[in-house]
Amino acid sequence: MNVVAPFEGIGASVRRKEDLRFLSGRGQYTDDINRPGQTHAFILRSPHAHAEIRSIDVTAAKAMPGVLAVFTGADMAGIGGLPCGWQIHNKDGSPMAEPKHPVLAEGKVRHVGDPVAVVVAETKAQARDAGEAIVVDYNPLPAAATMDQALKAGAPQVHEGAPGNLCYDWHIGDKAALDAAFAKAHKVVSFETTNNRLVPNAMEPRAAIGEFDPQSGDYTLYTTSQNPHVIRLLMGAFVLNIPEAKLRVVAPDVGGGFGSKIYHYAEEAIVTWASARVKRPIKWTAERTESFMSDAHGRDHVSRAELALDADGKILGLKVHTLANMGAYLSTFAPCVPTYLYATLLAGVYTTPVIYAEVKAVFTNTVPVDAYRGAGRPEATYLLERLMDVAAAEIGMDRVEFRRKNFIPVDAFPYQTPVALQYDSGNYFATLDAALQAADWKGFEARRAAAKAKGKLRGIGISTYLEACGIAPSAVVGSLGARAGLYEVGTIRVHPTGSVTVLTGTHSHGQGHETTLAQLVADRLGVPLANIDIVHGDTAKVPFGMGTYGSRSLAVGGSAMFKAMDKIIAKGKRIAAHLMEASVEDVEFDRGTFRVAGTDKTKSLTDISLAAYVPHNYPIEEIEPGLEETAFYDPKNFTYPGGCHIAEVEIDPDTGKVSMVNFTAVDDVGRVINPMIVEGQVQGGVAQGIGQALLESAIYDAQGQLISGSMMDYTMPRADDLAPVSVATHTTLCTHNPLGVKGCGEVGAIGSPPAVINAVVDALKDYGVRHIEMPATPAKIWNIVNGGRKMAAE
Amino acid sequence: MPQVTLTVNGTKHTVEVEARTLLVELLREKLRLTGTHVGCDTSQCGACVVHMGGDSIKACTILAVQCEGADITTIEGLAKPDGTLHPMQEAFREYHALQCGFCTPGMVMSAIDLVNKHPGGLSEQEIREGLEGNLCRCTGYHNIVKAIAAAADVMQGRRSELARAAE
Repeated sequence: MNVVAPFEGIGASVRRKEDLRFLSGRGQYTDDINRPGQTHAFILRSPHAHAEIRSIDVTAAKAMPGVLAVFTGADMAGIGGLPCGWQIHNKDGSPMAEPKHPVLAEGKVRHVGDPVAVVVAETKAQARDAGEAIVVDYNPLPAAATMDQALKAGAPQVHEGAPGNLCYDWHIGDKAALDAAFAKAHKVVSFETTNNRLVPNAMEPRAAIGEFDPQSGDYTLYTTSQNPHVIRLLMGAFVLNIPEAKLRVVAPDVGGGFGSKIYHYAEEAIVTWASARVKRPIKWTAERTESFMSDAHGRDHVSRAELALDADGKILGLKVHTLANMGAYLSTFAPCVPTYLYATLLAGVYTTPVIYAEVKAVFTNTVPVDAYRGAGRPEATYLLERLMDVAAAEIGMDRVEFRRKNFIPVDAFPYQTPVALQYDSGNYFATLDAALQAADWKGFEARRAAAKAKGKLRGIGISTYLEACGIAPSAVVGSLGARAGLYEVGTIRVHPTGSVTVLTGTHSHGQGHETTLAQLVADRLGVPLANIDIVHGDTAKVPFGMGTYGSRSLAVGGSAMFKAMDKIIAKGKRIAAHLMEASVEDVEFDRGTFRVAGTDKTKSLTDISLAAYVPHNYPIEEIEPGLEETAFYDPKNFTYPGGCHIAEVEIDPDTGKVSMVNFTAVDDVGRVINPMIVEGQVQGGVAQGIGQALLESAIYDAQGQLISGSMMDYTMPRADDLAPVSVATHTTLCTHNPLGVKGCGEVGAIGSPPAVINAVVDALKDYGVRHIEMPATPAKIWNIVNGGRKMAAE
Repeated sequence: MPQVTLTVNGTKHTVEVEARTLLVELLREKLRLTGTHVGCDTSQCGACVVHMGGDSIKACTILAVQCEGADITTIEGLAKPDGTLHPMQEAFREYHALQCGFCTPGMVMSAIDLVNKHPGGLSEQEIREGLEGNLCRCTGYHNIVKAIAAAADVMQGRRSELARAAE
């Protein structure tokens, strides 16, 4: 019998259901799967940033022990290129440049890591050995390794179809109104910055297994994906021409994604296509260095901003010019990141009446860049929140008061920004006040003085931010260039004895959906958590869903489940009315119990489900048997989490090392389903934000070689680089989804980098530092402290 | 092909390996103990940490043939036969010290060795420094640090059962 324990519902810090298998080594990640007769693929990649392929000689490789086949771009000619899922239009209305992204290089390589050939062999070691025997005759070409290089006159052209290496030249906002606002300005503050390129580095390297069944003609792809249906659609329809019904995509346990596992990658198409050639399953698993040079990177913007202010410190207008690096090819959602996920966020939490932003997207001979935790919103937040500090300093106003003065008032919601978005709810004053108190902002100067007495430089920094997630209304994003709908699907299957299986189109790769989504069901249907199973990540089991990214799983996927539960309850009431001989209107439902209003006549959900599957006494002419409902939910708007992050840092002037002393986050993520999981999501996001601010940077040399191409060279945050993160929430409910939820997956990575850099700049204020670029490494800071202003990091 | 005989989680195995086969490959591919993961190729991430004679080692950085006669414990060998979790496993769950779970086996194995090597207990800073060889991209480490401190209290007899995490 189903008896709900009340602490399992919404608001309970339930310990995670998925943990037991992960903690005992029984997780099933893609590389843990071994198919009968499985072979192994090695992918030979370009060592050059830009080169013509004169010839490829695979003769020796094919003769190596254990080798089944070697394929090159010529073998895959006729296969479609990897498609791009979002089309941006230029200022003049023409579409962006969208050059082909071959699965295996066709005549030319365009970045270090570009796949050139694949070896299929009995073992991984044999495949690798044979890969080393492939002889590729390259004619190296000059590379456009940076956006600077790519935009120079006479620069090497990454693609013939993209003159000047320009993908698009886009804008948003009212330029005439902006010019008018600037003409009235008392003061204009200018600021330039680079948002450093990052490597997502989910701990599980990407992997894929392709399997072809010659008898049925069915294909199965096991892959490290955040959205198996999207991969099935893109790869089946656009690359390999396999009907959906003949292609199953399974994304089993996935070890972190952070965006990097959204996209359709070449290796998925290669192993699927090649498995039909060798008639054996083929596994490919990335080595970490391959991940560095083939997983989509994140960020990489260069921006210039100007803020117009009146004499009282009110913002009159904001003008932004941004260059966004696309890398060598357009990754699946790359074009929308620096446009509709970035420039539309430039109002932030402020009443800026006019905004105009221009964005140029640039091809370079580097790994493609796409969404990474926050995607566009961290870049907007960083630009804006650094600019707010710079502006406050220039007009001599306290940085907190300057922010407060420009906040969107509590009673102004729904609030229409000048850059398309309409915020439904928020209270930025409340999150600010709570964070100031939690961080003991007032007591900081005493702590600064105490640190100074010990020879240390202490600083405190703040960021008041907002983001747009829960993506997204399909018609809206369609009008903006998305080539997909962004609804979500949920099926609630109540079994005869009252346990529940949920099928969701979202995917969990660390977020804890097996727990949080089950809590939604426990809360509403009164089923114990132990009797609820969440199924995701398999196109053969789950209806067509759009996956997990943009903090959408709860806001969109959870809402679909909510709608499906509405249908379950409505049907259950009809069945209950029949069983209790009452009218449907008189039947109430609350957490597992159907009751005839005002009486003690009740039926449990289990009574109803049993009646539905054993319909002996059942209105079979009016109601279908069974108790299973599916709902598709298309959100009405984005959701708008926001809040305040405060970083406190201490710098050792002798070494330039920044130590995190404290970090306070007060976020409004809407209704909180599992506070423990929300806290974990925020802590993890903040860690990535601190990583960006202090440690991480993907660096290319002038020839386009990736210098930071391994975990020995790229500084990942470790336990002793970080300090405790204090997390609190202050809730205003989302007004347009049935759960009132907003999303918590990205807030940490969005709000934190400017808070950290604002703190570093604050710590260095006696050195006349206006800005320091991310990552604020010891070398940059040591130069500032010891080299004087001339060597400042700017 | 060389042969190696070793004990893994209490069971003796004799396995044929290539001379270049790494211990982690032997565990994952020959013994199908896939709880031990590979997250990098440069001995940086610690996802592959197992115990060899009670000491934590990176299974990606030792050849299988070097493990002749060794006594190896992997994440699969931690819980009691009746399924009772090791206090460190229990603490990771209680303190939400894992998200995607990929770094978790190595993190747990490192953490147990860290606690065992500090019988007098560990400060928060010592735990953070002790995790130098293990990367986690999901959690920001804070809950891992708390879990290790809580498990240490049980492992070292300062508490009879795991302290509950604050709600």
